[in-house]
Amino acid sequence: MKLTLRVWRQQNPETPGAMATYEVDNISADMSFLEMLDTLNEELTLAGDEPVAFDHDCREGICGACSLVINGDAHGPERTTTCQLHMRSFADGDTIDIEPWRASAFPVIKDLVVDRSSFDRIIQSGGYISAPTGTAPDAHATPVPKPDADFAFEHAECIGCGACVAACPNGSAMLFTSAKVNHLNVLPQGAPERETRSWTWWPRWTRRALAAAP
Amino acid sequence: MTRTLWDSTVGKKTIMAVTGLVMLGYLVAHMVGNLKIFFGPGEFDGYAHWLRTMGEPVLHYEWALWLVRVGLVAAVVLHGVSAYQLSRRDIKARPAKYVHKKPRASYATRTMRWGGIILALFIVWHILDLTTGTVHTSFEAGHPYQNVIDTFSTWYGNVIYIVAVLAMGLHVQHGFWSAAQTLGVGNATRDRILKTLANLLAAVLTVGFISVPVAVMTGVVS
Repeated sequence: MKLTLRVWRQQNPETPGAMATYEVDNISADMSFLEMLDTLNEELTLAGDEPVAFDHDCREGICGACSLVINGDAHGPERTTTCQLHMRSFADGDTIDIEPWRASAFPVIKDLVVDRSSFDRIIQSGGYISAPTGTAPDAHATPVPKPDADFAFEHAECIGCGACVAACPNGSAMLFTSAKVNHLNVLPQGAPERETRSWTWWPRWTRRALAAAP
Repeated sequence: MTRTLWDSTVGKKTIMAVTGLVMLGYLVAHMVGNLKIFFGPGEFDGYAHWLRTMGEPVLHYEWALWLVRVGLVAAVVLHGVSAYQLSRRDIKARPAKYVHKKPRASYATRTMRWGGIILALFIVWHILDLTTGTVHTSFEAGHPYQNVIDTFSTWYGNVIYIVAVLAMGLHVQHGFWSAAQTLGVGNATRDRILKTLANLLAAVLTVGFISVPVAVMTGVVS
């Protein structure tokens, strides 16, 4: 398929950026979105232009490195990460707008790459447990009630990519923060530090009462 | 605790949610009270007088009413100040806007800020019109039934009131659900119930409040 890409190009944090238009041809529907960008970058390199900078790592949807706001949606039109988004989600002749995460907490470093160290600072403020954990313990070494394990797992699914901040109209990191807080506070390993990690004006029983309510 | 509650964004949102629900509770009581106008001047004026004597003999004349007024002013001020400060934080959190704009929010969501300003201005006019009588042409203290009919006998009285009530309906429709989200009551399965409840509250309040000017205009209440 043949596509028109409008990509945010920004040389460095100080220089103002702008959308640049590129045409790409011979894009297979089986390519991932990042492979499509790789194709564009190869063409740009061969033409002697600067390739588009974007973040990526595992390319299998578990690391949280890739980003991109595609046509106004964080990670694009499918409910997955950009690396797991395939070109079959687009049609031949489409124009695709590709932008970086936009938030003052995530300043642009270059093109589509943003500085997400603000998330590290949130983690440093309590998103960890102090006890030495050693090697991975046996799964049944510390019994965890099934509902608590499910609740914790649901929140541990957050891979810290920053899409919540990018998508929130208010540029807020509440989903990331609450995912970490809920994940750690409910488990026996994280619970001892719950009072220093987070502070709530709700009594502890309210969470259980709300969870049990229909 | 005060620091955490007032300085943090979640704290300010909690204050907005709680004060919003306080005002919503008041609106329900106010709307139900207004409907007494359909039972004639005796009922309506008697009810207005009772509002001043309620709480007696534990409280003196009008004390309970003033307690409610002070509570409501506190709620309005806290709600407005939090809204203003949170909006400033929101704007600061995304200085560079997305080039690809995608309208995703409902009309009620997008009009929360302007709707809130309209409501604040309306409350001022409403008090000057029917509580103090300052902007009322023929205000008579102690005769609310006649005062209401006089207000709704003018075209601008009807327009201001109906526009404000529609703004209130939209504000409640989004605000009630938002408050539930902020207070952590919402989840994926409860979302539908909360949205239905928000629509119901907004519809009942809007119809209830608008029924009074419509009744005066059509001569049902005169």
